[in-house]
Amino acid sequence: MVEAIAFYLFAFLTVAMFTITVMSKNALYAMSALAAGMIFISAFFFLLDADFLGVVQIIVYSGAVMAVYAFGMMFLDTTKDVKEKNPSKKIVFFLSGMVALLLVLIVLSPIVSDKVQALYPISHDIGNAEAVGIVLFTKYLVPFEVAAIMLLVAMIAGIILASKRMDESITLKIDQEIERSKKEQQ
Amino acid sequence: MITLTHYLVLAALLFCIALVGIMRRKNLLMLFFATEIALNAVNIAFAAISKYYGDLTGQLFAFFIIAVAASEVAVGLGLLIIWYKRRGNIDLDSLQSMKG
Repeated sequence: MVEAIAFYLFAFLTVAMFTITVMSKNALYAMSALAAGMIFISAFFFLLDADFLGVVQIIVYSGAVMAVYAFGMMFLDTTKDVKEKNPSKKIVFFLSGMVALLLVLIVLSPIVSDKVQALYPISHDIGNAEAVGIVLFTKYLVPFEVAAIMLLVAMIAGIILASKRMDESITLKIDQEIERSKKEQQ
Repeated sequence: MITLTHYLVLAALLFCIALVGIMRRKNLLMLFFATEIALNAVNIAFAAISKYYGDLTGQLFAFFIIAVAASEVAVGLGLLIIWYKRRGNIDLDSLQSMKG
């Protein structure tokens, strides 16, 4: 009973927050709603006995990803409303509505794979974090290391991309003006 | 009683909200937000399947998706800042330099 109440409450909150994210004209409101939605999603992970995943969701998404977005928005002008011209709203809502219907039908249809054998059964003797660690560092060790290298590459790429000509273009000059000012200095 | 179907329908719903965002947004930053929603919807489905089939693999895939999303944000935002420095806006329509 408590599970049902929690599920419907958080489902409503998540859908509401993400609808605000998608529909809002203000970038700041959209980002705040996205951060709230991320935290509400972690509630589902706690409901599903995936405690470690829920903690990681809060730390990585609400902590790291949202902080990166907030820093990125300092570079961009977010105070004014986002101007978007949408030639056909009907097509957008029709297409996504159809996809939604199709997805729900697929999900509701009887699942054929009822005889799925669990490769790594969840044991209740040890905690979730411990179980995840055991599987992650035995079977998924190579993907784990590859993911680590991918994060390193992404970090270096992010630093290099964002810091390119950072000393010059605080005033957001376009390239030609930067080149011109360089020549004038010489 | 909450079953697997509940969670899967919720994940499908969130995915379609993200789809609406991807199709109607012209601002690139808002497009990134919509892709984050889509990745999170898939994560919910993975965690739910992991619980109801009693298999930890779903949770591990969700971890890798979170890692991919984090690196996507780092690189994507760097590119976005460069684009904004060049053009002064991050409108999707201004991205088309090759008129086909």
